[in-house]
Amino acid sequence: MSNSFIEVKNATATKLADIPLLSYDAFKNALIDTTKDDARHILSLFAKQNPISAETQFNLYAVIGDKAKHSLLVTSTGIGYEYPSLSNDLSEVSWFEREIAEQYGIVPQGHPWLKPIRFHRSWHIGHDAWNRNENDSIDPCVTDYFTMDGEETHEVAVGPVHAGVIEPGHFRFQCMGEDVYHLEISLGYQHRGVEKLLMNGPSLASQHILETTAGDTSIAHTLNYTSIIEALAIEKATVDSSFATLKAVLLELERIANHVGDLGALAGDVAYLPTMSYCGRIRGEYLNMTAELAGNRFGRNILLPFGSRLGMTVPQAEKILAWAKTVKADLDNALELLFEEPSALDRFENTGIVPTEAAKGIGLTGSAGRASGIANDARCDYPLPALGDCYAKHEAISNPTGDVHSRALIRYKELEASHKLIFELLEKFIANGKALEAAPKYLTTLPQLDTDSMVIAVTEAWRGELIHVGITDENGKFARYKIVDPSFRNWFGLAYALRNEQISNFPICNKSFNLSYCGTDL
Amino acid sequence: MNWFICFLISLIAAPLLVGVINKIKALFAGRHGPRLLQLYYDIFKLLKKDRILSSTSTCIMELCPIINLGAVIVATALMPMAGYESPLGFNGDIILFFYLFALGRIATIFAALDTGSAFEGMGASREAQFSAIVEIIVFTIITFLALISAGGFSLDLLQQISISSTGVGLAITPLLLIALAFLIVLLCENCRVPFDDPETHLELTMIHEAMILDNAGPDLAIIHYAAALKLWAMSGFLVVLVLPSVIVNGFVTICCYLVGIILVGIIVGVIESILARARFLKVPQLLLSAFTIALIAILLLSIFKY
Repeated sequence: MSNSFIEVKNATATKLADIPLLSYDAFKNALIDTTKDDARHILSLFAKQNPISAETQFNLYAVIGDKAKHSLLVTSTGIGYEYPSLSNDLSEVSWFEREIAEQYGIVPQGHPWLKPIRFHRSWHIGHDAWNRNENDSIDPCVTDYFTMDGEETHEVAVGPVHAGVIEPGHFRFQCMGEDVYHLEISLGYQHRGVEKLLMNGPSLASQHILETTAGDTSIAHTLNYTSIIEALAIEKATVDSSFATLKAVLLELERIANHVGDLGALAGDVAYLPTMSYCGRIRGEYLNMTAELAGNRFGRNILLPFGSRLGMTVPQAEKILAWAKTVKADLDNALELLFEEPSALDRFENTGIVPTEAAKGIGLTGSAGRASGIANDARCDYPLPALGDCYAKHEAISNPTGDVHSRALIRYKELEASHKLIFELLEKFIANGKALEAAPKYLTTLPQLDTDSMVIAVTEAWRGELIHVGITDENGKFARYKIVDPSFRNWFGLAYALRNEQISNFPICNKSFNLSYCGTDL
Repeated sequence: MNWFICFLISLIAAPLLVGVINKIKALFAGRHGPRLLQLYYDIFKLLKKDRILSSTSTCIMELCPIINLGAVIVATALMPMAGYESPLGFNGDIILFFYLFALGRIATIFAALDTGSAFEGMGASREAQFSAIVEIIVFTIITFLALISAGGFSLDLLQQISISSTGVGLAITPLLLIALAFLIVLLCENCRVPFDDPETHLELTMIHEAMILDNAGPDLAIIHYAAALKLWAMSGFLVVLVLPSVIVNGFVTICCYLVGIILVGIIVGVIESILARARFLKVPQLLLSAFTIALIAILLLSIFKY
């Protein structure tokens, strides 16, 4: 194993030349062998086009998280426009291989269900994994689906125009009466070409593109992006250690606001009104706390490489601390109502179960993964340098049952942990008595980046592990910027949760995951 | 004369009851909630709109809302109100009363199937399934009322409901049990929590709402009004069931009757506020518990020979 991978720390630069380039078979065996250990799992698999001088057209990179060593393992192999699929041995890379096929027209031969994910044209004109012509129109979700035959079966198609005010997606249920045999989820309506827009960057627009990649995860995305720039910058600026506090507080406020919103929505879906109404209001309070620090409710335009656009004063910290403590009391009250209401618990328990084994096979991440007994949490598994030692005492909270109740319970417990952390960080900041000065040096300019290097940044966003990989070319520009939103790895988990489930339970299963459409569609 | 006054009030005030329920739910949730008269505004708004019909639907879709409304109005007209007998009443009218609601439901189910939408088909299937179970409970309740009625085994609505005046103090426990069973029937028939969620926007979980997804404009207004009137009529039935119908004077009795109906609305609102919706697999169990309650009432009645 030691020769097959290079071990790197989170948000630390490596020269591309140092990454092992294996033969395809060695690459495949290394991935299979390494991930047999429960402490390791695949974070990302992506292709990058090679310069014309290289032996193969593409390099296939794999990133594995090793939480025992608190580090990331990286390896690569060279491939052409075809290679034998990995999905039959490593089911968790199935979507990654579909993504690669769509982006470059590389065919993973023997892939069990090779379909487009985002319905865009291949980045390599003339190469299409499905042999579509350049003139053929490519419409989102117009593709093959699983079907069932028989007198009693029926198909329910939901979307893309959703009844609520969320994002467009297409869901096909194969049903027998009220029972769902299979759910197939097809997305792509929100595809904007984010990864392509980031190539040849960074530019001043890059950060804004990433802030809106998944609008409810702005802070985590920005944190990853700034970490990558910081790691690649040739000249490193000195940074006030208090920035770690500001970043951690913002990250946790984002997590709290979303978890609160989701628990409220779950209550709403089972028609339990009190918690729904309270949580709707309380979520706003946390967004307003973010606005107090960032100037806007979703944490945009605040974090910058080596600093932030706005600082934090001691009175501000005191205000947020007192505010959060008051709101926390209301929140506890609202959540106790929900978690002590038998009729609501009856709806959550044993609904939409994803057992631990299945969750591993799917590659579930984040709170959904932890709810299925996978105790991974990037906050403690791969500490991000930008967050300093804020998470030194943090531990992953997991629960093995894998049902809607488990996913709700994990969020309930994480809310508790996040509050505790925010209180501690702010109290320490106040006790220190020193205001954090804004450091907007890189608001209007960007640092020069190292050449031919790779940085992987992993943050525990509120949905799970958010992975950004930045690879620079010989000019210090991004040759590839890979984003793996946690939703990308969890959508199949939702489809799995619906198997043999009542179709009327789809909404609460969906809310218990609450995945991002635009984060997946990029 | 007094009956006519009550009937007119019913026709006019029915949408108010929905407003009362929504106000109670809003209070529990700490919100202001929609106005008491919101449903009136909604109905008027919808009446002003154009009728939109799907190109795949036939005349069934056009006729059914009217059939439904007609059935509910006739059923309401059969009701004795505040102890006054309906001029349309006859021996056996209680069976017609409940089957008029069934007619209205069948009309809605046909209209839903007519659209050919998967959602509406699911809603129709659920509605048919649950109402089949409700029918058993309704007949147990009718049996109870027939047993207790003053003039021997009678199916006259007024006869049975007048038991309150003769039976209070004697059959109070079984009567309250029957009222409870009927309250559960009322919640199920009118698509309230824990059986259905009238507020939900999630088509996959809907029952009644799923069946009317394709209806728009005046049709939808008619459906909303018919649903409100049905809720009012069934609440009225529950009130006359429990309230002693000793006629003191017309005005006081009518007031008691109306207050009783509003009270039923408040109870429904409270139930909706403190309970989550049951999962579909549990609905038959819930209904069977109502059936058992009604059965126990009959047992009590026959054992203790009130």
